[in-house]
Amino acid sequence: MRFMMLIHHDEAALTPAVQKGLVGEYGAFLAALAKADGASAGERLKPSSAATTVREQDGKLDVLDGPYADTKEQLGGYFFIEAASLDEAIAWAKRCPSVKYGSIEIRPVYNIQTDWKG
Amino acid sequence: MVEHEVGRAAERVARESYGRLVAYLAARNRDVASAEDALSEAFAAALRTWPVDGVPDNPDAWLLTAARRRQIDAARRNQTRKAGEEHIQRIGDEIEAMAEEQDAIPDRRLALMFACAHPAIERSVRTPLILQTILGLTAEDISAAFLIPPGTMGQRLVRAKLRIRDAGIPFRVPDPEELPERLGAVLDAIYAAYTKGWHEVGDDAVPEVADEAIWLGRLVVSLLPDEPEAKGMLALMLYTAARREARRDAAGTYLPLEQQDTGLWDESRIALAENLLHQANTAAGPSGRYQIEAAIQSAHVTRRLTGVSNWPAVVALYDHLFGLTGSPVVVLNRAVARAEMEGPRAGLADLASLDGDKRMLSYQPYWAAKGHLLSRAGDTDAAIEALTVAIGLTTDAAVKGYLLSMLPSQAHDRRRQ
Repeated sequence: MRFMMLIHHDEAALTPAVQKGLVGEYGAFLAALAKADGASAGERLKPSSAATTVREQDGKLDVLDGPYADTKEQLGGYFFIEAASLDEAIAWAKRCPSVKYGSIEIRPVYNIQTDWKG
Repeated sequence: MVEHEVGRAAERVARESYGRLVAYLAARNRDVASAEDALSEAFAAALRTWPVDGVPDNPDAWLLTAARRRQIDAARRNQTRKAGEEHIQRIGDEIEAMAEEQDAIPDRRLALMFACAHPAIERSVRTPLILQTILGLTAEDISAAFLIPPGTMGQRLVRAKLRIRDAGIPFRVPDPEELPERLGAVLDAIYAAYTKGWHEVGDDAVPEVADEAIWLGRLVVSLLPDEPEAKGMLALMLYTAARREARRDAAGTYLPLEQQDTGLWDESRIALAENLLHQANTAAGPSGRYQIEAAIQSAHVTRRLTGVSNWPAVVALYDHLFGLTGSPVVVLNRAVARAEMEGPRAGLADLASLDGDKRMLSYQPYWAAKGHLLSRAGDTDAAIEALTVAIGLTTDAAVKGYLLSMLPSQAHDRRRQ
């Protein structure tokens, strides 16, 4: 199964010192991810203060300054893994350095071959 | 402290009774879930009151009586008189049968373990099922040890119990001819619980689960005294448990086996393990996986007497084990042992056979061992690469710190040529 791992950071906890430490830890984590079968490195996002949200309501286009949801933890990046089961995906979430500063959301990726019940 | 001891002792008796009663009640209709329903509240009450009031003379009867009272209450609440009466009738029959038998109820726990570890039960759920039915651990306790959401774990356990009831999984100890194969599944399930509690050290440790696994191992040995493989597994668990306190120094730093202070090893557990292994070895027939792994541990703990592990014996035993299991983990451990005798290059030559083995790609011990050997061979760049992957796969902070300390400096490292 393919899983998308969404990294949600408590942005207030990411002090410059923490960020510096995370860079080193991510180096090792991404090296491990690069060896894993079927995994793919994702990308790191700029802080949610740089976010813009667009939606259309009643035929009127709204462009909002800020993230989609005003929550304590904000989407900070993502990566993909290939895992036999949820248990294996949880093991990868535990290895992700960001788990100490937020949450890793594990989302199975929709597979048209196996999930399509049309 | 004494109070805590009393509490532990009472809890142990309650668990023993609980497991015995679940096994006994479920053996009649293979309905583990209903047996557990009948007993779970009584068990919780025992955990509350026994440590304070003392353990009753007949714990089994106490639990059954308490279970019956709760069922009567539930029946009154639910107004489902008929269902309630049937239940009460059944429990009443049990207590009568117990009174008539005079001695203890027959021990069906082994039969229940064989049902939980039956080939028709999915492998990953066998260990949790044994922990729950024999020890009365909750889905929540178990999910914490297995790093799985409690809801998911609960669903898996419920499904597995339905399967035991509906798929006709038998409640019996297999016949002698199929016993070795089927016993293996029971031993594997118990050992899996042990490694959860032991290998995952530091932040991830669940030592309680490891202790419960040792207790289950003793139970199997006592119920199957003629099975050398059961003794081998219990010995293996005791050898490694004996070193639990030595795996960290005073500052909390992780120490591999070769660097541990042997004075911190638990001599009484080692003596018990040696004795079990000796008994297993004198039994007829070829040695199984657990006896060989216990023998490897025995070769390691000779270091407390001679100052060095018996490496030639370790390598020979791994050869034998590889013939049995063909496991890449055995190849890995053998390579590390060979490096101790013939140097890092010999170990690396053995590891080459695992290159490209998909099972090793995210296996932390493989990258840690490879990095260590490369570093000793002076291959600095490759060592840094392998150790970096190992660090990325490690979740325990102390182990991470140990691996970071092994990273060779970029300058040419000639420490251990």
